[in-house]
Amino acid sequence: MVAQGKIVWISGPAVKADGMADAKMYETVSVGESKLIGEVIRLTGDVAFIQVYESTSGLKPGEPVVGTGDPLSVFLGPGIIGQIYDGIQRPLKDLAAKSGSFIGRGITTTPVDMTKEYHFNPTVAVGDEIEAGNIIGTVPESSLIEHKILVPPDHQGGKITKIVSEGDYNLDTEIATVEKDGQTSTLMMWHKWPVRQPRPYLKRYDPTVPLLTGQRVIDTFFPLAKGGTGSIPGAFGTGKTVTLHQIAKWADSQVVVYIGCGERGNEMTEVLVEFPELKDPRTGKPLMDRTVLVANTSNMPVAAREASIYTGVTIAEYYRDMGYDVVLVADSTSRWAEALREMSGRLEEMPAEEGYPSYLASRLAEFYERAGRVQAKGSPERDGSVSLVGAVSPSGGDFTEPVTTHTMRFIKTFWALDASLAYSRHYPSINWMNSYSGYLADIAKWWSENISKDWLDIRSQTYGILQREDTLKEIVKLLGPEALPDEEKLILEVARMIKIGILQQNSFDDVDTYCSPEKQFKLMKLQVDFYNKGQQALKDGASLADIRSMNVISLLLKARMDVKDDEMPKLDKIETDMIEQFNSVTGVKVEN
Amino acid sequence: MSNQGGVQYSKIAEIKGPLVIVDGVDNAAFDELVEIETTEGERRLGKVLEVGNGKAVVQVFEGTTGLSVSGTNAKFVGKVMEMPVSEQVLGRVFDGLGRAKDGLPEPVADSFLDINGAPMNPEQREYPKDFIQTGVSVIDGMLTLVRGQKLPIFSGSGMSHNILAAQIARQAAIIGTDDSFAVVFAAIGVQYSEAEYFKRSLEESGALKRSVLFLNLADDPAIERIITPRVALTVAEYLAYDLGMHVLVILTDMTNYAEALREISAAREEVPGRKGYPGYLYTDLSTIYERAGRLKGKKGSVTQVPILTMPSDDITHPIPDLTGYITEGQLVLGRDLFRQGVYPPINILMSLSRIMKDGIGEGSTRADHQEISNQNYDAYSRAQEVRALAGIVGKAGLTPVDLNYMNFGDEFEKKFLTQAIDENRTIEETLGLQWNCVSKLPKNELTKVKDKYVDQYYKE
Repeated sequence: MVAQGKIVWISGPAVKADGMADAKMYETVSVGESKLIGEVIRLTGDVAFIQVYESTSGLKPGEPVVGTGDPLSVFLGPGIIGQIYDGIQRPLKDLAAKSGSFIGRGITTTPVDMTKEYHFNPTVAVGDEIEAGNIIGTVPESSLIEHKILVPPDHQGGKITKIVSEGDYNLDTEIATVEKDGQTSTLMMWHKWPVRQPRPYLKRYDPTVPLLTGQRVIDTFFPLAKGGTGSIPGAFGTGKTVTLHQIAKWADSQVVVYIGCGERGNEMTEVLVEFPELKDPRTGKPLMDRTVLVANTSNMPVAAREASIYTGVTIAEYYRDMGYDVVLVADSTSRWAEALREMSGRLEEMPAEEGYPSYLASRLAEFYERAGRVQAKGSPERDGSVSLVGAVSPSGGDFTEPVTTHTMRFIKTFWALDASLAYSRHYPSINWMNSYSGYLADIAKWWSENISKDWLDIRSQTYGILQREDTLKEIVKLLGPEALPDEEKLILEVARMIKIGILQQNSFDDVDTYCSPEKQFKLMKLQVDFYNKGQQALKDGASLADIRSMNVISLLLKARMDVKDDEMPKLDKIETDMIEQFNSVTGVKVEN
Repeated sequence: MSNQGGVQYSKIAEIKGPLVIVDGVDNAAFDELVEIETTEGERRLGKVLEVGNGKAVVQVFEGTTGLSVSGTNAKFVGKVMEMPVSEQVLGRVFDGLGRAKDGLPEPVADSFLDINGAPMNPEQREYPKDFIQTGVSVIDGMLTLVRGQKLPIFSGSGMSHNILAAQIARQAAIIGTDDSFAVVFAAIGVQYSEAEYFKRSLEESGALKRSVLFLNLADDPAIERIITPRVALTVAEYLAYDLGMHVLVILTDMTNYAEALREISAAREEVPGRKGYPGYLYTDLSTIYERAGRLKGKKGSVTQVPILTMPSDDITHPIPDLTGYITEGQLVLGRDLFRQGVYPPINILMSLSRIMKDGIGEGSTRADHQEISNQNYDAYSRAQEVRALAGIVGKAGLTPVDLNYMNFGDEFEKKFLTQAIDENRTIEETLGLQWNCVSKLPKNELTKVKDKYVDQYYKE
């Protein structure tokens, strides 16, 4: 029996309705004459507290509220890839078709076009026993994604009594019938899943495979693992969004879910304009063919912003269950937390720090815990992962504010953006002293096996130079650089080269925007070689001025832009030049 | 309560700061426009902030001074607040609520638009990429403004933000080759003299007849400031999307807007966020700033230059902070440059134009634009470090290259950054000046520009 009540009170996105004794927590309801979509977030007696996902302007007390009986759910099936949704999975294209350039209210749409036909290829036959999570067929969804049709995770299983043959079917087609204990059920190419409930899996693995993003400061210094969690906090203007776009563009995952949660409208437009034109560096196919966008910009209703995170992560888990590696990027979790705060305020709950509700930490924990590399339910056996990257927008750039501090408790990679680096146009402005990665030890094995066994050693040496420089900088500030001995001046010099040649990366440069792991390692190795040879040369009597005037320095600094990923021999040439130039400054033969 | 022609009249139960609480309400809608009528027959406007259980909380735009519980009536108008619009608004001056203030009759309306607007569908946005030449070198060269962008000026009390904004409005208006350019100016709690300066400046350049002014001055009711930017943007959207004009909107000063919002929030006894500002300040500001943009299939555009004064020049204060998270960059005025008499005193290191990259380059400005701009950023940042160092160890402790950077810094501030209030430089001049600056450095220091540009433009 569905609840049918009446509105008694309205304040912004919060509405109270009475006569709602039959409503369930988190049930979706239709609010008012214009049938706005809402969700029950508190029940007191027969009064339901409802957050409304659309503007409540013009709504009146006395208007009806009708329950749907279902919790807020997403549609999971072919057609999701390449879409741009609002926070509650309404395609923005359809909203535009129905209400024009500006978003209207009370519009109902289907998440995908139900009449479109997909080429279904069954992988099971009549008589096969199936269980929840099994793949029963495949559908080509985009040039990059083969959509696996899954038995819903809460299905009771049974024996296939009927299945359609290979062919084109629309999404209203019943593709299979299953019988168990005399009960028949039908399967479609899609199912629904409640967004606030994590999708089940069989078992979880340790994250040991790096998620390569082509960004040197991330991959080499503060890596993320597939199935891992990362957070990127930074004041405005520090390049958060550009960094997140870079991850979404170049991460070596098969599916990317990008959530624009309370952020700028033009940024979503930028993704929509750019991604179809960009090619995946591994397959050469358009990036949009692996991307799903969830856009609930800052001026769109605040309650739908709260839901957008869950909509996104549920879609990510669904593709994980097909056996894909999925990256979910959420920009920005702070705006999501603010949505929580606003609803909590309207509910007149007792606030914790800075007005945020006391359950902020547990909600963040629940969200980040939905990351992981897992073995999916059902057969055939397959592994998939969801990696979560959340931006944090700390007020005033202060990392001690509640959203940043709570987030740090639940993530393992922390990319701290630094306003002073951004002011000096050092991008990405990830501060190498304040950032950390908890995955370094786990993924070192991968680098050692796939790129070079020296990887960890060279990385430590490079990072060591940066650490030494950090200490020396304090002395320079007081006494000037001339107070240092030459060996220490060389540390400053090489640290500057590492910053320009490795840590900085120009995302708008065609070559520099993505850097292969091989090139990352080689660039780093060249810098370490330069440093070691430089120290040796100083011992052998060369002057620092001679070393500074070597023209190989400028080659090293520009190599990130001048040398394409498939032109690695050019780096070998730089290495030969370097040896020659060191030989000439010392007059001594330096061994390679 | 009585009913007259479907419209309700209700009695006031309580008056609290800018709010009145109306009793015996059974048919009011959330966000509905309310007319408050005093015993003297004076009419004020307000809107419903909260409604339910027979009560409505109404925010009175013109303040509650002089209202009494017994003699005041509230009339629920049955619609949200709307702004009458037509082409006739051009050249007119309105008050902060959108009523004619220049002594002329109200313009004849073509339509009435909800002043809150509606969120633009991100899928329907056209990505901004058309360069606007403002004639101000530092903006055109390094912080390029693009049609449909929202680029605020972060200033401090007493600095030259209004002069700069007026210069942008004048020069961008003149350069625009098409006559479909308009300026919408909203004064939000500013002094009479500042609003007058702006008006005169538009008048002298002949741009006033293509402008619409909304004036809520410092002595006008504070709560009206909640409405002023919204009526201004409603007119701007109409001019842009219905009449196809390129509209530049200047909102000054957004700090006063945020303070009015805080006043209402405090009166409603809401749980405050930082510094007493409501937790929804970000969302509220976004419903103003996000109304900049371009739309697919529409000719016009809305470009916003909001101005705010940072309390104590503090960029981490909630108002500039939350603004910076919404807008596409910021022009930050520096107190030290201002003290040195530099105009415009823009601190480029703290400033940024996020969508500059798409508005410049070959086919729009010049192929080397991005790179030469990056090189100037890099060099200026280095020059500042060297200056700090020289303050400690003296010039004698500097290397020859460091001294080159000091020269660069001086050239940059004196020749490139500094310009006259009525000086309108072309983009070619601006780029030339940028090359003059970096030519103070040895060639091998130019790591951000391609060699071919160095060969072409570097001045030996």
